[in-house]
Amino acid sequence: MQNAQLRLKSVSSQATTILITLLGLLVLTFVIGRMMPADPVRAIVGEDATRETYEMVYHQLGLDRPIWEQFLRYLGDVLTGDFGTSIRTGQPVMQDILRAMPATIELATFAILIGAGLGIPLGVTAAVNKDKWQDHIIRVFSLFGHSMPIFWTGMIALIVFYAHLGWVGGSGRMEQFYIGMVDERTGFLLIDSLLAGEMDVFWSAVNHLILPASLLGYSSSAYITRMTRSFMLDQLGQEYMTTARVKGLSRGQTIWLHAFGNIRVQLVTIVALAYGSLLEGAVLIETVFAWPGFGQYLTNNLIIGDMNAVMTCVLIVGVIFIVLNLLSDLLYRTFDPRTK
Amino acid sequence: MEKPVLDIRNLAIRYAGASRDSVRGVSFTLGRERLGIVGESGSGKSTVGRAILKLLPTAQITADRMQFEDIDLLKTSEREMLKIRGRRMSMILQDPKYSLNPIQRVGRQVAETYMRHFPATKAEAKAKTLAMLEAVKIRDPERVHDLYPHEISGGMGQRIMIAMMLLAEPELVIADEPTSALDVTVRLQVLEILNGLVRDRGIGLIMISHDLNLVRNFCDRVLIMFDGQVVETLRASELDNAQHPYTRGLLAAQPRIGDRRKMLSVLDRRPEWSQEVTA
Repeated sequence: MQNAQLRLKSVSSQATTILITLLGLLVLTFVIGRMMPADPVRAIVGEDATRETYEMVYHQLGLDRPIWEQFLRYLGDVLTGDFGTSIRTGQPVMQDILRAMPATIELATFAILIGAGLGIPLGVTAAVNKDKWQDHIIRVFSLFGHSMPIFWTGMIALIVFYAHLGWVGGSGRMEQFYIGMVDERTGFLLIDSLLAGEMDVFWSAVNHLILPASLLGYSSSAYITRMTRSFMLDQLGQEYMTTARVKGLSRGQTIWLHAFGNIRVQLVTIVALAYGSLLEGAVLIETVFAWPGFGQYLTNNLIIGDMNAVMTCVLIVGVIFIVLNLLSDLLYRTFDPRTK
Repeated sequence: MEKPVLDIRNLAIRYAGASRDSVRGVSFTLGRERLGIVGESGSGKSTVGRAILKLLPTAQITADRMQFEDIDLLKTSEREMLKIRGRRMSMILQDPKYSLNPIQRVGRQVAETYMRHFPATKAEAKAKTLAMLEAVKIRDPERVHDLYPHEISGGMGQRIMIAMMLLAEPELVIADEPTSALDVTVRLQVLEILNGLVRDRGIGLIMISHDLNLVRNFCDRVLIMFDGQVVETLRASELDNAQHPYTRGLLAAQPRIGDRRKMLSVLDRRPEWSQEVTA
């Protein structure tokens, strides 16, 4: 009974936190929309419009109302699911974003699989062999991944693996030739092409995905490696590791059964956050690889000052992080008995 | 005297990168008895304990003889040690707050010792665990079995540690300051449990401690260590007749209930004692 009450209390306090964060986020996007040096009226009416037309649109957009009234109206619009229309495409912003998102999710998912698949074992290896040559090599490797600007590595990788070696596809999600060959059902090209039974398209998509995903994966593996290493070092120095050894476990068993088991929760958290930053941070790589995803959509709209689209993109990035944080919180509670 | 459980001759231990041996010329034999090793922090007593289990990966261990029952510890490989540790010799660590894995149920941790060394199903290991928890006087073993380390008291944690380390019925147990982290009120209780089990099962016990009174009451013999060497070996009952000035200094520094409240003497540490014993 008391337990249920406690749980209810924690859920409601969490819900309050989320609501406040969301509200703060909305204030932020609203302020960004008003502070940007772009003139939304001019973007609609064009350079040659008369003063009357300008005034009319200004009034229609509600820009002559007090700022708090504008914010309330924005809040109301967002709550009713109206994110406005993109000036650039003439489509509802949400529709545009929903179309761009699968490409980014596909890229980010492959990238995080590569990043975690590479970073976690490397981090464990580095921690276990602290200050030996394995550790040094892994640290240099991850420092490199951390410090190389991704647009630069992206271009170099394109030149080497696409232009010279021809191992992978170039920019875009597939060969020009295949565009439009499969129906968009889910928006995820790999899934759509499999559903349509078009194996050529599928392999072309894989071929185009592999390079940008590897580069993103490498750069996020740098972070994951470092965090895994330090989490592991923390556990390896604990006394319960000695206990396990005294019980007769080998060093390898203590590392995997005890130390690694105890960092799983922390790992899930950092991998989730890394995934979040891949979803919003693939801007540069999407530009280099002409990847028609969320990052490219955001960049294009920023350049021309399409405020409805930019505000919504920022909002979505915020929501992604809130959701990922919430998920990793829940995982923490499920896996760490001490938080119960 | 019966065949000793452990026979150590001229043990020396040097940590990697150290300029001199941390432990030198340590010799003793242990029968089915309780041997105390007493000394200050840094005197090398814990290092000796870990060396016997060969759990000092970076240190270099040399000795004329390190015989444990039928096993020559100087010649055993790490592979062979895996079958010996936990099964034939084990060690009780100081503080259950740190020596238990915080995110595993304690029952599972105890059972791990059994699963490691005997071909057993989970149910068999659990039955053994529950019986062992009962043997360390835990009243409600079924309930405690499913608790996490942060949910139990220090005294209970140390009893669980004892259960874990005695489960496979080892012949030698090293207790490294087993009660230092506990409240004074539960110390005796835990020691009684350990003592009873050790006696009933005929286990050789090495009790590492800095507490002279504890060792006096619970051990048969006492080694006094100073700066990596054994300066004196005594029967616990004859501790008051100690000859070595260091032991006498340790004894003199102990307050006594009912004594006149004079200044306690300050422990004297003379550098020549560090050389003296080297054979």
